[in-house]
Amino acid sequence: MSTQTSDQTDTDARRGIAPTAPRRRAAPQGRAASAFLAPFAVLYLLFIIGPALYGLVLSFTDASLVKPGLNGAAGLRNYAEALSSSDFWSSLWHTLWFTILTTPPLVILGFVLALLANRVARGRWFFRLAFFAPYILPSAVVALIWMWLYTPALGLLDTALAKVGMTAPSWLGDAAWAMPSLAITTVWWTLGFNFILYLAGLQEIPRDLYEAAAMDGAGPWQQVRRITIPMLGRTTTLVAVLQVIASLKVFDQMYLMTSGGPNFATRSILQLVYDEGFTNYRVGYAAAVSMLFFLVVLAVSAVWFTLVRRQEKVV
Amino acid sequence: MTKNLSRRQLLAVAGLGATAALTGCSSVAAGLSTSRETGTLDFWNLFGGGDGVRMQQMLDGYRAEHADVELAAVTLAWGNPYYTKLSLATLGDRPPEVAISHLTRMKNLVRADLLEELRPDDLARHGMTPDKFNQRAWEAALVDGKAYCIPIDTHPFVMFYNTDICQQAGLLDSAGKLTPLDSEAAFTDAMKKAKAVTGEFGGALAFVSETSTPWRMFQSFYSQLGGQMLADDGTKVVIDEAKATQVLTFMRSLTRDGLFPNPIDYQGSIAMFANGQTAFLFQGEWEITTFQTAKMPFSMTLFPNVFGGSNYAVQADSHTFVLPRQPSHDAARLDRSLTFVRSMLDQSKTWTEGGHVPLWLPFAEGAEYAQMSPQSNYASAADAAAYDAEGWYSGSGSNFEIITGSAIGDVLSGAASPQQAIAQMRGSLEQLAGTPSPL
Repeated sequence: MSTQTSDQTDTDARRGIAPTAPRRRAAPQGRAASAFLAPFAVLYLLFIIGPALYGLVLSFTDASLVKPGLNGAAGLRNYAEALSSSDFWSSLWHTLWFTILTTPPLVILGFVLALLANRVARGRWFFRLAFFAPYILPSAVVALIWMWLYTPALGLLDTALAKVGMTAPSWLGDAAWAMPSLAITTVWWTLGFNFILYLAGLQEIPRDLYEAAAMDGAGPWQQVRRITIPMLGRTTTLVAVLQVIASLKVFDQMYLMTSGGPNFATRSILQLVYDEGFTNYRVGYAAAVSMLFFLVVLAVSAVWFTLVRRQEKVV
Repeated sequence: MTKNLSRRQLLAVAGLGATAALTGCSSVAAGLSTSRETGTLDFWNLFGGGDGVRMQQMLDGYRAEHADVELAAVTLAWGNPYYTKLSLATLGDRPPEVAISHLTRMKNLVRADLLEELRPDDLARHGMTPDKFNQRAWEAALVDGKAYCIPIDTHPFVMFYNTDICQQAGLLDSAGKLTPLDSEAAFTDAMKKAKAVTGEFGGALAFVSETSTPWRMFQSFYSQLGGQMLADDGTKVVIDEAKATQVLTFMRSLTRDGLFPNPIDYQGSIAMFANGQTAFLFQGEWEITTFQTAKMPFSMTLFPNVFGGSNYAVQADSHTFVLPRQPSHDAARLDRSLTFVRSMLDQSKTWTEGGHVPLWLPFAEGAEYAQMSPQSNYASAADAAAYDAEGWYSGSGSNFEIITGSAIGDVLSGAASPQQAIAQMRGSLEQLAGTPSPL
C-alpha cells in the first residue's frame, strides 16, 4: 500500500465509500486472478460440482452398482421411500444426536483447557502436547484404543469401576450408552483442534487489557467474563461452525467401533448411504438419501449463518 | 543458468513433467497386464486369526510346487466390506484371479454377473468332478444347475468345552466324553453345574458388537424346530412366530439366570473361555487354533440338538473358491487358477487342522481325517448344515444377519422381549423383501 491510489481507496473503504478510482485497473488484475484460480476451479467443477450433479441425476433412477447404465427412471420413488423409511429417520436422528452430544463439550472444554493451559507458567508445552496429541492419531487407532477401554467385563474402564465398587454400563452394547460412549471417544480424540484455535485466540488478546482491568480491581473471573470471552467471540463462532460440520460428517468412529450397532442404534446417515450404495448396490436410492442429507446440512448452515450475522451486527 | 526462467518456460517444463508422469503410470499399468500372462496369480480372501495362519501355510505349499507363478494373496476384513470390495474390483475390471466367497454369498455374486461359470470339462481337466465333493455342499452351491464355485469346507457352529471344568462338574462319562445336552433341561442343567465349578458362568455367547454369533445360535435351534425365515428367494418373510418365540425365550433364560455373561463381545467371550471363567463356548469351529495356542484343556463337539429330536440341524456355511469375472478370456489363466484351487483342496488336511469340516472326499473319507480329534467329532455337521435362506440381502455377514443378529442380541441383553424382537426382524426384513433386487 505505497501508492497514492491505494491509500485513497483504503480511506474510502473505511468511510464506506465505494472505490471508484482503481476500477480501470481492475480488469487486467481480475484476469490474472482468474488465471490463478482456474486450476482450482477446474478441480472444483470436476470433483465437486460434477459428481454432485451426477448424484442428483442418479437419485431419480433405479441405478444399481452391478448393472450398467441408469437402470430406468424412478421419478420421486427413491425420495418417497427414504422419507417413509424408519431407517432414514433414525440414522438422521443418530447423526443429529451425535452432533448435539459432541459440539457443546468440544467447544466448552476446548475453551476451558486452552484458558488453563495458557495460565500455566512452567511446562506449558506439556499441556499443549498432551491435549493436541490425540488429534493426530488416525481414526482406526483411536477406535482400537477405546474399544479396548470399553470391552465389557475385561476392559480397563470396567475393571477400574469394579475396583471402586461400581458396575459399568455396557458401553458399546447398550443402545442408550453407545452414542454417549462414542461421543466421549470423539471428544478425547478431536478436542486438540479446538484447543489450538482457542490458544491462538487467547494470544491475540493484548496484555494491557488485563493489566488495565486488574488496576481497576477486576478479579480473575471478571477478567475472563468481561475480556476473554467477548474478545474470543469470533474464535468461538469459527470453532462452533467447524465443529457442527465435522460432527454432522461423522462416519469412521461408528463404522469401526460399533458398525452402527447395537441394533442400528448408532448408524449415522453417512453409513446408511454407504450401506445402501455399496453393500446393497442400490446407488440410486443411496444418492437420494445423500441429497436429502445435503438439504439438512444446508438448512442447519443457513440457520447458523443467520444467527451469526445477527451476532456480528451486535458486536 | 544465468537467466531466470520465465513463467512460460516454467509452465512448459511443468507440463513436460506431468506428461512424463502420466506416461510413467501407463507403462506401469502395461507392465502389470503383461506380467499377468507370464504367470502371476492374485488371490483374495477374508481369513484372519487362526484361519489366516493356516491359509498362509497352504499358500506356501502352493508356492513351493509352482515357483514359476507369482502368487499375491490379499486378506481383507470379513463380511460386507469384503464383498463390497470384491464387487467393486470386479466391476472396475481389476478382479483377482481367484477369491474366497461364502457359499451363501456366492449366489448373489452370480446374479450380479460377477463370477465366471465353471464348466464341467474345465473342472474335470483338473480332477475336480462333482462326485469328489460332499453332496450336501456341492448341490447347495449350484445356481440353476451350474457350478460357479468350488467348496472347500463346511464351517458349522459348534460347542467348545473345557474338559477339566466339565470333569469337575460331573458332565463327562467314564470314557471322558461329554454327556449329551440334547434337551432344554439337560442343557440348562449342564450350564448350572458348570457355573457352580467356575464360580462365574456356565457358557458364553458373544452378542455385543457382534451380530453373526447370536444369529448362528438362533438359526441352529430354530432349524432344529424346522423353522424358516425367508421364502421365494427372499421376496417373502415367513418367520414362524411360535417357534422363534420358543427359541428366543430359551436363549434369554441363559443370560437372565446368569448362566451366560451379559453383556459380552466376541473377544471377551474367547478370553473368558480361555481363562476358565466359563466351561462352554458357542462359536464357529475356527477358534480351535486360539485355544490350542492357549494350551488349555478343551475339546469341541456338535452343537447340542436341544430342539431337534431326530431332526438334527446346525447353522453352517461353506468357504468356496470363486473365479471373479475377468475382463478378457485366457485359457492359460483359467488353468493357472484351477491348478491353484486344486492345490488348496489337496492341502485339505492343513485346512481341517484349523477346525473346518473338509468337503474334498479324497481326504474327508480317508482314515487320516477320522483320526483327527477333536476335528472329526463334528464331521456330521456338514450333512446337517442349515445354510442361511436365499435373498439378495442374505448370506454370511450380510444385512440379513445384521438385522436378525441385532434383534436376537437385544433379547439376550434384556433390551427387548422375544415378541418385540420378532416384530422388529419381520419389519426390517419385509422392507428388504419388498425392495426389488438390485442384482
